[in-house]
Amino acid sequence: MRENGILRVVARFLIPLIMLFGLYIQFHGEYSPGGGFQAGIVFAAGWILFALIYGLDAALKVIPERAMYVLMVAGVILYCAVGVAGVVLGGHFLDFYPLLAGKHAAQQFGIITVEFGVGVTVATVVMLVFTLFARRKSEWKAAKVEDE
Amino acid sequence: MMTILSFINYWVVVVLMMIGFYCVIARGNMAKKVMGLNLFQTSVFILFISAGKIVGGSTPILREGVEMYSNPLPHVLILTAIVVGVATTAVGLALAVRINEAYGSIEDDHLGDEDDGDGQ
Amino acid sequence: MIDVVLLLFLVIVAIAIVRARDLFAAAMLFAIYSLLSAALFAVLDAGDVALTEAAVGAGISTILLLAVLALARRYESPIEGHNLLALVVVTVTGAALIYATLDMPEFGAPDNPAQVHVGPYYVEQSYPDMGVPNMVAAVLASYRSIDTLGEAFVILTAGLAVYALLSPKPRRRKRRRRHLRRNLREHRRHRRMHKGSSS
Repeated sequence: MRENGILRVVARFLIPLIMLFGLYIQFHGEYSPGGGFQAGIVFAAGWILFALIYGLDAALKVIPERAMYVLMVAGVILYCAVGVAGVVLGGHFLDFYPLLAGKHAAQQFGIITVEFGVGVTVATVVMLVFTLFARRKSEWKAAKVEDE
Repeated sequence: MMTILSFINYWVVVVLMMIGFYCVIARGNMAKKVMGLNLFQTSVFILFISAGKIVGGSTPILREGVEMYSNPLPHVLILTAIVVGVATTAVGLALAVRINEAYGSIEDDHLGDEDDGDGQ
Repeated sequence: MIDVVLLLFLVIVAIAIVRARDLFAAAMLFAIYSLLSAALFAVLDAGDVALTEAAVGAGISTILLLAVLALARRYESPIEGHNLLALVVVTVTGAALIYATLDMPEFGAPDNPAQVHVGPYYVEQSYPDMGVPNMVAAVLASYRSIDTLGEAFVILTAGLAVYALLSPKPRRRKRRRRHLRRNLREHRRHRRMHKGSSS
């Protein structure tokens, strides 16, 4: 689809806006509807649009597959690390009050970090699932499996 | 009349649930079954959100000039449920792709034929 | 009033999804169904849920269905006759559920049992406790944080399951698909007949 001029120009305009909007939803999730899940999915949708127009290989050069494997688990580990930090600093699991000095500041720090972890995991899993589905056809042709 | 209007939400939700249920049990194509399952799930979400709405209330985000807010607890439960639903859909469709490669089709009726053939 | 109209459209689109034989049309109708239900959530005062349903249903589920359609056949096999047993089961279940909804309290009253349990505590106490105006985010990330951890684990498990299913490369199959020969001929004849009409 790279040869189509309209698609290329519109994609070049839209993809950065989509990713910026995803980041906006992630970090503004405390003041407006939003949060980790929505932001992760919108960000992944921007990457999928890039993959549809410029090809899967070009998209995998932007975010390589090995980075996806690492980030997928890193989000959940970040979430658990915030929980364990609550235990280490004197509270119970996933208690945000011991993390910082002020009551409101501690809760907001905990909420932002936790939502960021969830957002990273969701975005990476959606991108990985799309990559696996999209590559199956070319792998199938390469294995020469055909209708008889 | 007020009784009918207050129940119409729930009755239409039950109709949608049954349409999704019919699609799961009466269609053989696996992609259709997954679509029916999603229809069923979304109608259950509508049921929960209707149960949490307060007439005269507003979106549960604290702001000026609003006194009554809708109940935020069903929204939280349904957010989790939507994401679990898409996870289930992804795994179900991956299974359908593998079945298609092993048997050549994603229709229920054609999976049984392959066993009778006993390929060489 | 607008939610009654939206619910009516949802029923029409759902019936169309069940009856569509072209799976591409069914996937597009499925995206429309998700968007309509996101609009219904917005009318019912659920902002976060509407955003999530629009992004997930009309975005991710539809594109995964289209990916499966690219790998398998696009048309569903023709259905012979109506499935009477399924219709009976569906009607009996639907009647039982409608009889059960007659016990539900009035729609939207502020003193329903669902609104007086822990909801008012969250509405009143979330800003003094946390300083976060979005009550749904406060409940999701702080009051019910372990549920969200479980949800993140479910997403991770789904990613791992799809990886385990789809990362081994396909092997050359040894079976001959004898049954497909009959259907393939019929399918090609069907497509040649309908090549003139728009599809």
